Amino acid sequence: MHLILFFLFAGLCLAGAINLLLQSHPINSALSLIVVMTSLAVLYLLLGAEFLAIAQIIVYAGAVMVLFTFVVMLLNAGREERTLGSHAAARIGFPAVVAILAVLATVILRAQGLGAVHLGEGLTNSHGSSNLVVLSQVLFHELLLPFEVTSVLILVAILGAVALARRDDEERTAEK
Amino acid sequence: MTILAFVLWSFAKVVVVTVVLLMGIAYTVLLERKLVGRIQNRWGPSRVGPFGLLQPLVDGIKSFLKEDLIPAAVYRPVYLLAPIIALGCALISIAVIPFGEPDIGPHGFDLFEISNINVGLLVILGITSMGVYGVALAGWSSNNKYSLLGSLRSSAQMISYELALGLSLVGVVLRAGTLNLRAIVEQQATAGFATWNIFGGLQFLGFLIYLAAAFAETNRSPFDLPEAESELTGGYHTEYSSMKFAMFFMAEYGNMINVGCVATLLFLGGWTGPFENLIPPSDNVFFNAALSLFWFVLKVFCFLCLYVWVRGTLPRFRYDQLMNFGWRVLLPLAILNIIGTSLLLAYR
Repeated sequence: MHLILFFLFAGLCLAGAINLLLQSHPINSALSLIVVMTSLAVLYLLLGAEFLAIAQIIVYAGAVMVLFTFVVMLLNAGREERTLGSHAAARIGFPAVVAILAVLATVILRAQGLGAVHLGEGLTNSHGSSNLVVLSQVLFHELLLPFEVTSVLILVAILGAVALARRDDEERTAEK
Repeated sequence: MTILAFVLWSFAKVVVVTVVLLMGIAYTVLLERKLVGRIQNRWGPSRVGPFGLLQPLVDGIKSFLKEDLIPAAVYRPVYLLAPIIALGCALISIAVIPFGEPDIGPHGFDLFEISNINVGLLVILGITSMGVYGVALAGWSSNNKYSLLGSLRSSAQMISYELALGLSLVGVVLRAGTLNLRAIVEQQATAGFATWNIFGGLQFLGFLIYLAAAFAETNRSPFDLPEAESELTGGYHTEYSSMKFAMFFMAEYGNMINVGCVATLLFLGGWTGPFENLIPPSDNVFFNAALSLFWFVLKVFCFLCLYVWVRGTLPRFRYDQLMNFGWRVLLPLAILNIIGTSLLLAYR
């Protein structure tokens, strides 16, 4: 059952990713990215990370991608031109990707302390046994300082965006 | 229980709940027309059936039989997809909403909830956040300036108020210590209405924030700027006709019912009665089931009446007022509510 679901959504994820690259209309690409992110969320869920799955949907599919589609709609971006790409990229690109993936896969498989996980293992249906408790222990107790530093980083980014977007008083009076 | 029995029972549950929800949507429309009619000192629909009770049926047939116009300049795939997304997101949420005691049903089968999952509340928020796409894509793909303006307003409004909506629920989650909707209700039900989150749980502020944010999230009056008739002719669904328009319409009322269900579960004690601790529990299974359904439906019904009442009473916000209210009033209040609740819980 879990295996069927895994293949279904892994296939959907890959199909979405390929469609994202092949579509020439930006809005179609954005919609394919939403499909990719939602099917990734299902894969997280199958691995027993229910909070991560829903956070993926709320944050990435629900908030980040809405902004993407917003920008595409507002700029009214037209169709992209198709180019054949350079010959060098076509020849070196695929072997390079295969090589990098192989290296990554070996490193991950060889890494110590990473055991195999069975599909649907962490999925329980009883009260209070959510991995949310463990997650919040780690985030707000053991890794509190890095977590808070990250939030400061995001705050700095927000302030920077506001400072960039804000027009000077001189500019505003000049416009009037 | 065997797999076959599980599948059959689950299928039966899904069918029954969906049919009841669709009927609920149809009759919410009638309720709104009747109540707004009375508020404006007229009768509302009264010709079809006694008290106009068959009006939803006739409306449904009407929207099916109308000519389905698709303007030439629309972007077809997205134009056709948008109403499906909107209605789908409105109907899925009911899958995680519990509306009765868990232990009623054959072989210990949970009869009053389609699926009991331990992040139920987050699932509802996630589906709500996906609901923006229906509106945004509808407006954009229609290739009409009114539609696009409506959908831009709507998306900005939904994203802004989603924050306040999510934060207003944190107080409840802090009290319950879980995201499981069943556990949240059970935690409230220890001493009748005195321990409901809105009273004994001291989440009154949270409830008011949730109420305001939910009105904006469902694009209802006084926050119905996306479909402000006087400015945008119809808003994001201007170019839709026949059943596709009806799907947006149903999505709006489905979302109203969802919001009512969530408010009932999180703040008003779910399916438990206000004096349940005083009355000795009955042994009759059917009586218990009917009682919990009665309380749940009554609470949601009151919430829907409140929706209609507000629509009949309050004028529409201006766009800058809407944004100011969301970001400068609701969001700080929600954060204050979280800080207050956590301090209180830490003190205890």
